[in-house]
Amino acid sequence: MTVATIFIDNAPREVNPKQNLLHVCLSLGYDLPYFCWHPALGSVGACRQCAVKQFRNEQDATGKIVMACMTPAAEGTRISIADPEVVAFRAGVIQGLMQNHPHDCPVCDEGGECHLQDMTVMTGHRQRVYSFGKRTFRNQYLGPLVNHEMNRCIQCQRCVRFYREYAGGHDLNAFHLRDSIFYGRHEDGVLESEFSGNLVEICPTGVFTDATLKHHYSRKWDLQMAPSICVHCGLGCNITAGERYGTLRRVVNRYNHEVNGYFLCDRGRFGYEFVESSLRIRHPLVDGKPATRSEALERFGAVLRKGAVIGVGSPRASLESNFALRALAGPDHFFAGVPDEESRLISAMVRILRDGPARSPSLDEVEHSDAVFVLGEDLTNVAPIMALRLRQSVRQAPMRLAAGLHIPEWLDHAVRETVQDAKGPLFIASPYATKLDDIATATYHASPDDLARLGFAIAHAIDATAPEVIALSPELETMAAKIAAALRGAQHPLVVAGASCRNRGVIEAAGQIAWALCKVGSPASLSFTMPECNSFGLALMEAPPLSEALRTVRSEPVSTLIVLENDLFRRAPANEVTSLLRGVQHLIVLDHLGNPTTDAAELVLPAGTFAESDGTLVNNEGRAQRFFQVLNPSTDVQESWRWLHEVSVAAGSKSMERWEDLDDLTATIAKEIAAFGALPKVAPPRSAVGKIAREPSRYSGRTAMLANISVHEPRPPQDPDSSLAFSMESGPGPVPSSLIPFFWAPGWNSVQAVNKFQSEIGGALRGGDPGVRLIEPSRESVWQYFSAIPPAFKSRSGEWLLIPVFHIFGSEELSRHAQGISQLLPRPYLALNPAEASLVGAKAGGRIKILIEDSQFELEIMLRADLPRGVAGLPAGLPPFDGIQLPLFCKLASVGTEFSARGVL
Amino acid sequence: MSAVTNTIFSPELAARFDKLVTLYPVKRSALIPMLLYAQDEVGYVSDAVVHEIAQRLDLFELDVRNVLSYYSMLRTKPAGKYNVQVCTNISCMLRGGYEILDHCKAKLGIGHKEVTADKLFSLEEVECIGACCWAPAMQVNYDFHEDLTPAKVDQILDDYAAGRGKDVK
Repeated sequence: MTVATIFIDNAPREVNPKQNLLHVCLSLGYDLPYFCWHPALGSVGACRQCAVKQFRNEQDATGKIVMACMTPAAEGTRISIADPEVVAFRAGVIQGLMQNHPHDCPVCDEGGECHLQDMTVMTGHRQRVYSFGKRTFRNQYLGPLVNHEMNRCIQCQRCVRFYREYAGGHDLNAFHLRDSIFYGRHEDGVLESEFSGNLVEICPTGVFTDATLKHHYSRKWDLQMAPSICVHCGLGCNITAGERYGTLRRVVNRYNHEVNGYFLCDRGRFGYEFVESSLRIRHPLVDGKPATRSEALERFGAVLRKGAVIGVGSPRASLESNFALRALAGPDHFFAGVPDEESRLISAMVRILRDGPARSPSLDEVEHSDAVFVLGEDLTNVAPIMALRLRQSVRQAPMRLAAGLHIPEWLDHAVRETVQDAKGPLFIASPYATKLDDIATATYHASPDDLARLGFAIAHAIDATAPEVIALSPELETMAAKIAAALRGAQHPLVVAGASCRNRGVIEAAGQIAWALCKVGSPASLSFTMPECNSFGLALMEAPPLSEALRTVRSEPVSTLIVLENDLFRRAPANEVTSLLRGVQHLIVLDHLGNPTTDAAELVLPAGTFAESDGTLVNNEGRAQRFFQVLNPSTDVQESWRWLHEVSVAAGSKSMERWEDLDDLTATIAKEIAAFGALPKVAPPRSAVGKIAREPSRYSGRTAMLANISVHEPRPPQDPDSSLAFSMESGPGPVPSSLIPFFWAPGWNSVQAVNKFQSEIGGALRGGDPGVRLIEPSRESVWQYFSAIPPAFKSRSGEWLLIPVFHIFGSEELSRHAQGISQLLPRPYLALNPAEASLVGAKAGGRIKILIEDSQFELEIMLRADLPRGVAGLPAGLPPFDGIQLPLFCKLASVGTEFSARGVL
Repeated sequence: MSAVTNTIFSPELAARFDKLVTLYPVKRSALIPMLLYAQDEVGYVSDAVVHEIAQRLDLFELDVRNVLSYYSMLRTKPAGKYNVQVCTNISCMLRGGYEILDHCKAKLGIGHKEVTADKLFSLEEVECIGACCWAPAMQVNYDFHEDLTPAKVDQILDDYAAGRGKDVK
């Protein structure tokens, strides 16, 4: 990066000349107010708030007022932020914006973390001179997640720019003009975008606020907060979770340049409510009855002393908890707790990333790819933030048009005028239409096997030494050649795939394309989505899948089965799970929500959710990230690994005595499993950093909160595992990026305080972004092309291949129990191609009988013209089908008819 | 272009729209003229008009409404048969535009953007209609009436009520 010298109030400062003055001033730590600008959205110069005075040269004493966000930080630029005239100008702009603002801060949810409040204080506008009526609006109902309060609007346009231009939503827009401009939907209704929750943070004031927070409201300054990791998909977005009075109140984005940047999806933002769900297990249960902690430990110890224990881990539990169970049961008796096929697919993905030359990119690198091929994934519903990043990636290639005209990247409106509808190459091959299809160069909808064949054909078109796909149709040959050319011609090509199709061919084909690109000298990236928040980490433990547990139970005497944070009935058909459970004498389950597995257990221990635990998750990039306890549960809830440790010590086991706290445990894991060698580096150990307060310095009621129980102020709970303290008092010394409990700086109370924590605005956090990559591609070229290319899919007469259709709300186990999200779940349905639906006499909205293996169901029919022939879709993860391991063939019959032995057609 | 099978417009207007969308580098540029012509034919921009125009331009209905709500000359409710538009912008104001407006309100018994019960007249206060030389002025549908006095307005409105007025489309 070249450096330019500019003069700010006569002080020479070194800045990035590719940026605008607002960006560089904020990067240098100046307080310059702004509204319409956002680092992820660029500059439009609409609000006139960031005015500075620019001077021609040293002799120029007059200067002119310019908008900092619209002026490049060119070499030699002289500006003044403190000039009295420009200070008065900025105060005047605020005064204008505040004219219609309701001044309802005391009753506004945004109060105390409002960018408008901060900027008003910053400019010094204090006195209101306007004494007439203010314009008012009728608010809209926008669904259970986002609240609308239009009177507070200051017309910065950021909501619509984010929602439409950045996130590709269609149902939010600006209406009317002048002082009556209205941001909303055409009529009341749930916002359709999967990213609507970001409006809460994008809006500089309280027009859009978190509707789930309203049910249990608390000011930001009253929240006890800690850095955490989202558990609702495999991307590992960084979040800040906040607690008060023992309940989790809300989740906001925690900036991590490499992972989630500024945004979260609605599942990640609003899924937290599962922690307070009515299914929550807060006390031990022995034989289905509430028990005390000592009774539970006694029973557990007695069972353990009988020996013959096997453990089933979980892809939604932390590495630490999985490892603790592995240590307790012994590596040979620890199983991964995922279905065989899924386990094989995830291992295949990890192996492809480790053994091959293609690197798994961070999400920031995903966004900066200039040609992308998505194979078999419905990203918006499986890994939503990756879909949001890809939506920006199609702007990379056309950005060269703007660069050619010397239009800087941040000059948003000019760039969009130049680029118009031009989009960079993004190809999507998926079993059904996805929400990203609207920006795709070309799409292909086919059965998983056919998708894999297209993938292998692309690899062959890139590198002729890759195996050829025989009997490929000419159209697909052409398409493969087109995609191959686009990927080869790119500077940063990317292939995305994952386990959603449950098809090994799809995964190998994606690897094959990336490897072929690497072989011809292209720096290809390969990103696999992961089904759950710690699928990657569990795969690195290389534990055998669930069926091996069943085999063990059948082949040797097993007394006790310990299940860690896992509902086995989601992992295998009910009859298999039942036979596994019948094969053991004792079933012990550690989990946080009640489910069929905990119902069957002899002993249930209340495990901490992400909010009550410390632990590490490995995301789809292979990045290990640590989450920290937000609240100290007053009940028996604690980390699973701590339960397991306590009981094994109580039972007299020696193996686990060595570790008492999180730092000991991570050090032990690093020593025992080579893949986790870097685990202790994920966050600094407790001893290395001074105390960091989880509570803001304005936290209220500390001495009075528990006065109804005792008037004596109790000693704050101690945290043995991290430097974070359940207190308002921080030690001196800087806070490492992985331990920042919340973003706040003097004068910056809103989320935009993150400006003060970044090395450069929109860049890495100071000290580096949190997280450590555990895998890197192999440097040796020992890999070989896959040669097992599946044959073309042939639809079977009278049978349909049933594939999972993913839903952002519903397909994930935990968020389904969040109060807000639970109102948005789809009803169970069967999706069919209309052309084929008529064959079985099915109509949209009607019902149909479906025979899966030996079970019959009746389901509502949804017609989807994008489904390939011979393929039917079932919503993934929705009960009662969550135990059925798709894909498999099913038979269909109209309601009222019986299945014959050979099907119905 | 998305094929529109049952257009709600007359064959002439439908043909005009078919041509209009071919005139611009991007189709959505035809949005404002289409809204105006559709309003002239239908009388106002109904939900059906929004739907068909969105279809013709490959836009979301919301995008059409975004533009529609911005322009004060586009209306989403029916006007009277004769839409009386009285200018109160600066030249007309100085020459008595507000008296003319008040006179119209009293005579027709309706206010700004309202329609008489017999749906014959609607009244609007509008910005400059480009007739400053002959202020105060008003427009009835597309016909201009200048150098107005209350008596002259009475005459004009009576003529329209009796069906004698000029109805320029």
